[in-house]
Amino acid sequence: MEFAASFALVMPELVLIGAGLALLLVAAWGGDKAARPIAITAAAALFAAGFLLVPGLHTGGTGPSTLAFGGLFKIDSYALFAKALIYLAAIGALMIAPAFFAGPAAGAERGMRAEYPVLILFAAVGMSIMVSANDFMSLYLGLELNSLSAYVLAAILRRDARSGEAGLKYFVLGALASGILLYGMSLLYGFTGGTAFTAVRAGLTGEMGTGALFGVIFVLSGLAFKISAVPFHMWTPDVYEGAPTPVTAFFATAPKVAAVALTARVVFEVFGAQVAAWQQIVMFMALASIIFGALVAIGQENLKRLLAYSSINNVGFILLGLAVANVDGASAMLVYLFIYVAMSLGSFVALLMLRGEDGCLFETFADIRGLSVTQPAIAWALLLFMFSLAGVPPLLGFYSKFVVFQATIEADLVVFGAIAIAASVIGAFYYIKFVKVMFFDEPAGVITGKSGAAHWALLGITALIVSPLGYLLTPSLTDLADKAAASLFLTV
Amino acid sequence: MEGLPILSLMMLVPLAGAAACLFSGAAAARWIALAATLVTFVLGVLLWSDYQIGGLQWQFTEKADLFAGFSYALGIDGISLMLIMLSVFLMPVCILASWESVQKRVGEYMAAFLFMEVLMIGTFAAQDLFLFYVFFEAGLIPMYLIIGVWGGDNRIYASYKFFLYTLFGSVLMLIAMFWMVAEAGTSDIPTLMQYSFPPEAQTWLWLAFFASFAVKVPMWPLHTWLPDAHVQAPTAGSVILAGVLLKLGGYGFIRFSLPMFPEASAQFAWLVFTLSMIAVVYTSLVALVQADMKKLIAYSSVAHMAIVTVGLFAFNVQGLEGAMIVMLSHGLVSGALFLCVGLIYDRLHTREIARYGGLAINMPYYALFFLLFTMASIGLPGTSGFVGEFLSLAGIYQTSSLVALICTTGIILGAAYMLYLYRRVAFGGQVNEDAAAMRDISAREWVMMAPIAAAVLWMGVYPESFLAPMRADIAVLDARLAAAAPASDARLAPGAPRSEAANAMPEHSSAREGAH
Repeated sequence: MEFAASFALVMPELVLIGAGLALLLVAAWGGDKAARPIAITAAAALFAAGFLLVPGLHTGGTGPSTLAFGGLFKIDSYALFAKALIYLAAIGALMIAPAFFAGPAAGAERGMRAEYPVLILFAAVGMSIMVSANDFMSLYLGLELNSLSAYVLAAILRRDARSGEAGLKYFVLGALASGILLYGMSLLYGFTGGTAFTAVRAGLTGEMGTGALFGVIFVLSGLAFKISAVPFHMWTPDVYEGAPTPVTAFFATAPKVAAVALTARVVFEVFGAQVAAWQQIVMFMALASIIFGALVAIGQENLKRLLAYSSINNVGFILLGLAVANVDGASAMLVYLFIYVAMSLGSFVALLMLRGEDGCLFETFADIRGLSVTQPAIAWALLLFMFSLAGVPPLLGFYSKFVVFQATIEADLVVFGAIAIAASVIGAFYYIKFVKVMFFDEPAGVITGKSGAAHWALLGITALIVSPLGYLLTPSLTDLADKAAASLFLTV
Repeated sequence: MEGLPILSLMMLVPLAGAAACLFSGAAAARWIALAATLVTFVLGVLLWSDYQIGGLQWQFTEKADLFAGFSYALGIDGISLMLIMLSVFLMPVCILASWESVQKRVGEYMAAFLFMEVLMIGTFAAQDLFLFYVFFEAGLIPMYLIIGVWGGDNRIYASYKFFLYTLFGSVLMLIAMFWMVAEAGTSDIPTLMQYSFPPEAQTWLWLAFFASFAVKVPMWPLHTWLPDAHVQAPTAGSVILAGVLLKLGGYGFIRFSLPMFPEASAQFAWLVFTLSMIAVVYTSLVALVQADMKKLIAYSSVAHMAIVTVGLFAFNVQGLEGAMIVMLSHGLVSGALFLCVGLIYDRLHTREIARYGGLAINMPYYALFFLLFTMASIGLPGTSGFVGEFLSLAGIYQTSSLVALICTTGIILGAAYMLYLYRRVAFGGQVNEDAAAMRDISAREWVMMAPIAAAVLWMGVYPESFLAPMRADIAVLDARLAAAAPASDARLAPGAPRSEAANAMPEHSSAREGAH
């Protein structure tokens, strides 16, 4: 009976695993010819899994009824919120891929490989496990399932040197991060005598010993690698630049959501009794990410690299919400995540839609000069995304910064917030450079914007969300985020 | 008119116009933009005629909880009303000014202007702190594009400078707003205007708001973005910048800094006075040596806005009323002066003063308008400039005679640089042949200039029309400030009252004084 209830709770994951395994067999026998139906089925499976989340999202599950498999997993509304976001982002990554792999940008091997959708599915399962983990063991399983799929995804263009380099770098540094994380977990296990979140939490009350403190720091460092927060960010620009653009779009959205959600759960549920120990670490990472991400991005000429630094910068703002260490901060962080996913997905789709005459993707600022004349629709959409990322009202990106800073100030972290918001002005510099290049400069050459309906649809949806109309979403978004954040603090 | 959401309508019309312009050709976009701004202006006139002087402090209020975290609340008092009128009045003029001079990407240009109008009305009408911020900040986007796409040669630098300067000022204000809302528990502006924040917190809040408004006004030494932005912007962009956007800073002071932080305002009055005095003298001197007409007028704007800030911080009714009139007057006059420059720039494509000369001979009507606005800028009695500057300086004289003394030199210096400019452009011989061959103003340009000229004279001769709607609101503000007002430096020491009248004859009490 108890087992049946557990299975009912992890139904979305079961759907994804079932679909993933079945599609793997199809891929093995069908080959790359079957890639398109596989991608469609995978998207349908993700959609179905997302649909299964809806009832739970609205009722807002909390309490012991959300524990599955003897406390290994916790399917509370926090996990549901993160999963919904992850599935949406994964569907987006599936939608934009076929057109990219069909074009000359994919290099010697044209056409999408059948493994691509399968790997996305497995990564989504891994991320689902990450965000609902309630034990360090299940956490690590989910993390590795996601990471291993991601390493392969980064290197999926086998004949492309940059893609291979990206995959290798990601793998080596990711393995290092996993090692650090594992070491921290073993220290925590040694000093508290358990791997379950509740057990570790119980062991960490009162005065904390040096060994346990090291455990906390190692675990946080490992997680910081995964969310690419400064000072553990160095893999991000290389991987984002080298990986195929749809994969980069995927990396910038879904795994980021999963890793941030996981980090938040770990700091609140496991280290919740030791706020002083982790809060300053998170504060430092937040400020460092905001300032470093903004400063280094200024000099970038490569657009994907620039967006990589932009994602580091955004992670800083997300961590700002985490550093507040209360329900409002966590809720603000979730709202920020949602809006961030829409903005980054939109910007990457826009980049994917820009091709030269030879069909190759554009990668530098010099290529997109005068875009507003040659491709006004895409240019205006990019303008929305860039001003939104810069946090200029009335675009929705302002609202994401709004909630995060509101939470910061209400928690009396005024100086911290003031430094962060002043640093956000540095970031504005390179976002408006996009606009300058697209709108103020003379056109550089022919840009064909011939893109499939999937790209246009995704661009349209994300642009609508980011536009001022997106504010009409905010009441329900805030409501969901509040519920999710509240369930995170129930154990406190 | 009961129940008609006229403020929302005034924002909806240009918004719809902007959307239509974005998707239409050049000729259609011009007419759509003109129609939309004219309809908005008519709505503005309705607004003014329906505004009840002496009625409720906040009229035409609308409220809807559309967003999480803040609400869509609009409403105006007399101060907002006047500034909204200024915006909707200048807007059709701007569209006309760009009729022929803007030839590339007309649809997007008109859309940016109409969007700007929406935001300006929204800023002056917002009754929610965060809604105000959204409108206040959003203006950066269209203005950045207007300067960057349609501006002069050095437009990229100017647009970056404009954007980053103003953004940096505003984000600090946002932090202060969060703190205020957390402290007071509401983001409703009328409530916050009556809320007493602790004095020590007021200091910080005031400084954060000051960072934003001082950049917008702009006050010396934060004014350096203004000459760049003005010079590089297209004519209509300069009109909107000088006419309305600079007023956002002054509006911010009168709506937020003064009523919300009266103690801190009094505490920092010296800072405002010092910066304003420097601005008046320094920027006037800088204006005197400019070779570029637009730059000259841009520097004169800084000097005039300094008169606004001293008037605001005089803490008395004359000062506040004067500051408001200077703002309205400067909006009209500097806007008109930029139009005058734009007009001859369209013909000769240079802003260099030395390239003109003797225009009064071949362009008599132009010279007449230019003279009127020059005089209004100097503050000649009978024009709007005089009323505002006189009231402002009278107000500040009650608080500090030194500040009044130094700021009044601005009038003399203003006369110097404006008359010098006028002499070089309009009088003298026709040294440049191409300038001498320019035709006089066309019918379209008449339509642009005549209404502004009429408004300048109206405000100069009968300012009561403009003061009456604001009087009650300024009285409320003055009452709120009364407790915190700094002491006057006149030190009028009242002596013991005399027991008899000064001209009373001594009584004929003794007999020996009787005979002479």
